[in-house]
Amino acid sequence: MAELVVFGLILGSIIALGAIGLSLTYGILRFANFSHGDLMTLGAYTAFLVVSNLGASGGRIGPLSFGWPMVLAFFAAMAVAGAVAMAADRLVYQRLRRRRISPIMLAIASLGVAIMVRSVIYMAWGGDFRFYTDALRPAMLLPLGIRLRPDEVFVFGMAAGLVLLVYLFLERTRMGKALRATADNPDLARISGIDTERMILWVWAIGGGLAAMAGVLLGIESQLRPEMGWSFLLPLFAAVLLGGIGNPYGALVGGLTIGVAQQVSTYFLLPTYKPAVAFAILILVLLFRPRGIFGSRYGY
Amino acid sequence: MAIEGMLSFVVSFAVVATIYAIFSLGLNVHWGYTGLFNFGVAAFFSLGAYTAALVTLPKPTGVYAQYVDQIIGLNQPFLVGVIAAGVVAGLVALLIGLLTLRLREDYLAIATIGIAEAVRLVLDNEEWLANGANGLVGIRAPLGSLVAPAYYNYVYLAIAAAFLVAIYILLERGIRSPWGRVLRAVREDEAVAEASGKSVFRYKLQALVLGAAIMGIGGALYAHQVRVIAPSDFNPLFGTFIIWVMLIVGGSGNNRGAILGAFVVWGIWAGTEAVTGRILPAALESRAPFVRFFLIGLLLVLVLLLRPRGILGEEKQVSKLM
Repeated sequence: MAELVVFGLILGSIIALGAIGLSLTYGILRFANFSHGDLMTLGAYTAFLVVSNLGASGGRIGPLSFGWPMVLAFFAAMAVAGAVAMAADRLVYQRLRRRRISPIMLAIASLGVAIMVRSVIYMAWGGDFRFYTDALRPAMLLPLGIRLRPDEVFVFGMAAGLVLLVYLFLERTRMGKALRATADNPDLARISGIDTERMILWVWAIGGGLAAMAGVLLGIESQLRPEMGWSFLLPLFAAVLLGGIGNPYGALVGGLTIGVAQQVSTYFLLPTYKPAVAFAILILVLLFRPRGIFGSRYGY
Repeated sequence: MAIEGMLSFVVSFAVVATIYAIFSLGLNVHWGYTGLFNFGVAAFFSLGAYTAALVTLPKPTGVYAQYVDQIIGLNQPFLVGVIAAGVVAGLVALLIGLLTLRLREDYLAIATIGIAEAVRLVLDNEEWLANGANGLVGIRAPLGSLVAPAYYNYVYLAIAAAFLVAIYILLERGIRSPWGRVLRAVREDEAVAEASGKSVFRYKLQALVLGAAIMGIGGALYAHQVRVIAPSDFNPLFGTFIIWVMLIVGGSGNNRGAILGAFVVWGIWAGTEAVTGRILPAALESRAPFVRFFLIGLLLVLVLLLRPRGILGEEKQVSKLM
């Protein structure tokens, strides 16, 4: 059981990374971005492209299963997914926004973007499972009978570090402050002299970058497949709604909660039911706390 | 001979497009008329297909019972299966609606994605229910004894078309009634509808159940057409996404648009198969469907950007009095 909770925290840290970006875009742009999961997949496969081309040359870092090329892959993944997210905004979402149509239409458009991104991944890599490394990845035995691979410790640490960076960015920089102001009230932000369109681009870059990292870490933790991001969408939305839309700290807590709940559920249920567990929590949140645990400005 | 081959291709294309047109009409009740954001069409699609299969198949006996697990096998006629499919899909929609329709519209979208995923997971993992991942085989061909198997598609096209026409007439009458006008009012402005004394929640619930029942009937027709169903048939791409594209391309809020969209998009889907098969190297042939899915995704985005009303667009006047 203790082991399942630890696994849950690791999975939860990945969910949290994805959910923070999703919550920010949801809060600022007011639409559910159904392509967020596929941005994760895109990040994971971009890293695969880098690692599979440079893989052997880099050796391995300490006890981890990957070497320095993976560090390069992190940046490549974030850059590609962030760029695709920004391009999608300029080519699609911004044009729809200007027409002042219902945000629902943007959500439908995001489904189209999601399918295009996933189709490209299928075209390039096919539907087979992929791994960043063929090497065996033995687990270490920790107290309380917990078995962990060094990679998993790294995944958790990396996710925690990134969340801290996002926190510092949002709280300590002028840009972060402007971003929070835009999320809070776009009209008020605009008359205070904040270039909200520029803020929106920043949100896409951050959201896309975090999604990409979530994808890479998920790939390190388990494996890569083209549907990995799409099937991650339910836990992501569950975490966002649990934490309150537009509330990145809520998304962090929500992500960890969903991760632990999903892993602990494997004690009673088939592991394949993990998405259904996230869904059950989502329904409970919608029924009893539709504004999330920490509240959200956006009502329901 | 060549003409006959061509004709049989056209007929098998039309059968599938007709069934998709029924899903598109169901989604039009949800999204086009009421503004309900159902992203889980696949749930009602698969519930309909499995219900029809379980109701019309006999319970496996003898050797088969060792290979096929199914909770029931009622061995009922085709029409009973179709009705049961509509009822089951409608009942599940009722349950979902009671839980989610009071919430914000985009929450329904997320909830319905979850329902579709949950239904697929249960069908995939619970062997005792409907044979798990292996699915069900040997689903009956209604009126199959009428003609030689080679010509059966003609018969089935007539059956599917009859359902499509019946549903179309029903919906056209519904949307031109006071009830239909309330649905559109709910879509345009819930507060105004509520202020006029209409229970927005009840109308939304009725629309959700009606649309889902139509999708269930479509699922039943699908099951009797392919006659072999498995949970993997009902993935989000074929089960939900392509139906949304059909409705948006044809023109949501317009029943004829919904039907037209189904034929146009399925035409593009089937038509590009020949093209991608030819231009791609053999090694990449298995990936060809994804080129086509990319195009369908692009089509959706382009229609939203360039012609958001779709090909036909919504009829502004649906009342004969005015």
